[in-house]
Amino acid sequence: MGLEHALGDSAITTTIDSAINWCRKNSVWPMPLGISCCGIEMMAFAMPRFDVSRFGAEVFRFSPRQSDLLIVAGTTTYKMATVVRKIYDQMPDPKWVIAMGACTSSGGMYRTYSVVQGIDQFLPVDVYVGGCPPRPDNLLNALMMIQDKIQRGESRSTPMTVAAERIEKQQLLQIQGINN
Amino acid sequence: MITTVVEKLQEKFSDNILSVKEFRGETTVVVKSEEIVSICMFLRDHEECQFDYCSDICGADAYTPENRFEVIYNLYSISRNHRIRLKVFVDESNLHCPSVTSVWPGAEWPERETYDMIGVIFDGNNDMRRMYMPEDFEYYPLRKDFPMMGIPDSIPLPRK
Repeated sequence: MGLEHALGDSAITTTIDSAINWCRKNSVWPMPLGISCCGIEMMAFAMPRFDVSRFGAEVFRFSPRQSDLLIVAGTTTYKMATVVRKIYDQMPDPKWVIAMGACTSSGGMYRTYSVVQGIDQFLPVDVYVGGCPPRPDNLLNALMMIQDKIQRGESRSTPMTVAAERIEKQQLLQIQGINN
Repeated sequence: MITTVVEKLQEKFSDNILSVKEFRGETTVVVKSEEIVSICMFLRDHEECQFDYCSDICGADAYTPENRFEVIYNLYSISRNHRIRLKVFVDESNLHCPSVTSVWPGAEWPERETYDMIGVIFDGNNDMRRMYMPEDFEYYPLRKDFPMMGIPDSIPLPRK
């Protein structure tokens, strides 16, 4: 019947997934978590000079319930970790996480008892951004990497979508083909 | 100036002053902890002292068998523009020290911080809660025997 007949069973699902992912990646709503100095660079990233709205992510939501990208921008202490996790848990699926800056990614220069040595100890992180603090360009780059991940249907937090699973299966088959 | 302050102090509290040191223009007076409140009251109210501003209170850990901890009071007089530093020893076996919140109400938070970091208990401070560390934390991070990276699992992280 029509297009479905012409394309077979599988093509339609892939296309819809891809279309949804295309919509998603161009309307990412970040949840800003500017816990320290990285927050200032994150604000610059939202302002006209660097202009995150070029990537469709200008709608900073201060409610986790309306966001799909968590930007953890700053030193995360053990006391704050519970709060970060709570905010993350309140975000609806699918969701992505950027660990912005050295402190967030690895504890940075705070090698002490009070700072979590990398938020990946309690959160699944999609993209790490280096720098202390990173330049806004660097964060834009991270956003673009998140966009690529969204297009591929990948997220560390959410189980992979059907399309992504299929892509992975295809890649696996290719690799097996090469090996054989 | 500050020499007159020290003279007045020695006149009034000669039995309770353990030592007076001057280093690079900074005067440090070591006093007995039992008399710290009356000494602070005297320094605040005396005409030639007028230490109306308690700039900071902090603790130190010397890690010695006796007089292990010290509490350090940095005082400043806004009206006279001079400074003095008071020190009090606190032994590990008796971690109590009188609170100076009755002299300067603003001393409450610095005392809480000292309690949080060193573990000195200030009698008379009505709000002896943890300041930075979680309320159920059992250790005092600025003590010399506290490991730099903390005690593993002493502060629980959320599950992944």
